[in-house]
Amino acid sequence: MISESDLPNGRFFNVHTTRFSNITMTFSRQHLLGIRELEPAEITHILDAAENFRHLADRPIKKVPTLRGRTVINLFFEPSTRTRTSFEIAAKRLSADTINISASSSSVTKGETLLDTARNLQAMSPDLIVIRHSSAGAAHALARVCQAGIINAGDGAHEHPTQALLDALTIRQHKGTLENLRVAIIGDILHSRVARSNIHLLTKLGAHVRLAAPRTLLPPQFAAIAERNLEIAPNIEDALTDADVVIVLRIQSERQTDAFLPSMREYAVHFGLNKKRLARAARDVIVLHPGPMNRGIEISSDVADGTHSLILDQVANGLAVRMATLYLLSGGTPHGAANIGDALLRDST
Amino acid sequence: MTKLLITGGYVIDSTQGINAGKNVLIEDGRITALLAPNDAAPDDANIYDATGCVVAPGFIDMHVHLREPGQEYKETIESGAIAAAAGGWTSICAMPNTDPVNDNVAVTRFIIEQAARARLNGVCANVFPIGAITKGSKGTELAEMGEMRDAGIIAVSDDGHPVPNAGMMRRAMEYAHGFDLPVVDHCENRSLSGGGVMHEGEWSLRLGLRGQPSLSEEADAERDCHLAELTGAHVHLCHVSTRGTIDIVRRAKARGVRVTCEVTPHHFTLTDAAVEGYDTNMKMNPPLRTEDDVEAILEALRDNTIDAIATDHAPHHADEKALEFDGAPFGIIGLETALGLACDRLVHQGVIDLNRLVELCSVNPARIFNLEGRGTLRPGAHADLTIFDPEQTWTVNAETFKSKSRNTPFHNRTLRGKPVTTIVGGRQFAQEFEL
Repeated sequence: MISESDLPNGRFFNVHTTRFSNITMTFSRQHLLGIRELEPAEITHILDAAENFRHLADRPIKKVPTLRGRTVINLFFEPSTRTRTSFEIAAKRLSADTINISASSSSVTKGETLLDTARNLQAMSPDLIVIRHSSAGAAHALARVCQAGIINAGDGAHEHPTQALLDALTIRQHKGTLENLRVAIIGDILHSRVARSNIHLLTKLGAHVRLAAPRTLLPPQFAAIAERNLEIAPNIEDALTDADVVIVLRIQSERQTDAFLPSMREYAVHFGLNKKRLARAARDVIVLHPGPMNRGIEISSDVADGTHSLILDQVANGLAVRMATLYLLSGGTPHGAANIGDALLRDST
Repeated sequence: MTKLLITGGYVIDSTQGINAGKNVLIEDGRITALLAPNDAAPDDANIYDATGCVVAPGFIDMHVHLREPGQEYKETIESGAIAAAAGGWTSICAMPNTDPVNDNVAVTRFIIEQAARARLNGVCANVFPIGAITKGSKGTELAEMGEMRDAGIIAVSDDGHPVPNAGMMRRAMEYAHGFDLPVVDHCENRSLSGGGVMHEGEWSLRLGLRGQPSLSEEADAERDCHLAELTGAHVHLCHVSTRGTIDIVRRAKARGVRVTCEVTPHHFTLTDAAVEGYDTNMKMNPPLRTEDDVEAILEALRDNTIDAIATDHAPHHADEKALEFDGAPFGIIGLETALGLACDRLVHQGVIDLNRLVELCSVNPARIFNLEGRGTLRPGAHADLTIFDPEQTWTVNAETFKSKSRNTPFHNRTLRGKPVTTIVGGRQFAQEFEL
């Protein structure tokens, strides 16, 4: 049980008990490997949990003891600032012990395989491992050999589930629901794990998703990856017309050398999101970007910094989504409370 | 003279139009007679009771990767030949992509000597080496095919490193034709498939894995058929996997091109959907294709467009397969599951009958690679026999495989149809199955 010294400002710890009491079920999955395999109700459940955690950031004391005594390993084989920091802060705010391992400082440089690294980490009994890796399926491989819960923080071009969840949370906060929203996803869809996770999540929750990109980056079969509500727009203008939400994806300079694009300049001219193009969208359109942005290439600065942009809201929501994910995959609290509400209530009274 | 009489079996041999209960008499490594079931057995013959089994001319696997020389930890010539016998194959054809490559007579002789040494230790499959098309399989200079033929190769192939240059392939076909060597090609245009780790389609997009389009196989298949037409050479296409390739072969055969082709059990059993879950034992090249491609393969097995079933047995150590899907090597083993899969998936599902199965696994491979006195039970032929029970149900257990490797996607699969014993050169494969 938490002591007064842990929470010096405990009196300010105002919990909306009614909200928390909504969350009574525990998340039944051991891992979060992707969005595709989730049921709509599970997605909503994570989003509801995240909504609750989001209010923590507004309090003077942002730390709760929910995951005290738990160990979370952030295993990052690809460079990442936003996602790694977000997971780390999320874990710390839940009072978990966190360890960050990046590829350059790990045994990987000594030739150790991913699975050996995983087995060694497992031998230290972590509760959760957050993994980012350049190969699709890396998180699945870990899930097969580890008892720890695995959170996929991006596996190659496959999925990045927490990004889609934070995007959905952001959209829901501004639009109330995802049902029947028109969402345009613009950019390097072929190579994007963000696009895949977003497509699954948005279509499962009833949004209509239109994709637009140069044809080298958007094979026609892409429309078949989701069961419903997904189409390929003939061009970016059509995709944007009356859109309620626009998700802009990062374009990487390698696409030029790999012959997907003639030049970044031409991409900016034909596919970059600028004010003029955005004018086709609904008046209250919101613009998201998973970051890091290439200003002036896939998105112009006036759009990125403009009134429709929610790029920084996404970052704040990212923290809440990751807290919710860590919490739910831990299956409750170390105190045995079945839900966050119980834990917070008891600690604050 | 040692005599062996195989009694009670059902003999299937289309080379003699036989589809009946017969006893097979073997003397000194050769078939000497096919006797009626109630003919008296010679007094001095050992008897093998094959009641309830099919007795067929020995199965010949046209496409096997033995890893010797170079990667003996994956498979040796001996372990491969034993695994083959355990799986019902009496002969296997060894692809040249070893280290060093079988591109010269010294390596060819080494393979043949190792195979002979293995046979001294016990009964196992015959090994027929396939030589490289180009030196080091690098695609730039022709390998010494004539020398290698004299030493014992039965075909040439740059399998694993397909000849990228059409002009070089033309010269190779012209040259090989002069030595009556079939040119065996793994059709893959790497400028189209480069970097792909599975079939390019809905599933590769869903899974975020780089895909190999069907066209990368079909472009080279079309090229090879036209080159065979131009040169008069015999081209044999390995492991055809797409509807398009099958159409290309069907059309080429119709206009008289000397083209033959094979299919693997995994390509008529599994589809690209099996890659979901990222099991690296679902990673092979060519990759698993779509339901529609499997349909086309089954049709082609029926209508004689496909000539042979071959395993593309590609052993890899468990450590090598225990990597991310992108990083794991291509290939699965197949010697000890092929017969079961072919019976289960093809015969029992009504795709083909047993007579056709024997053609695909024995009669045709012998004909394609000009293996004199094999693929038939005619008196005088080598006493290579595959004896199998098409009705027996068993469950694949990779732990009991004779192969040194375990990289199969069929572990724990229950199959109807099982090899019972294998006779090579008149001698019975020693180890009874305990599967």
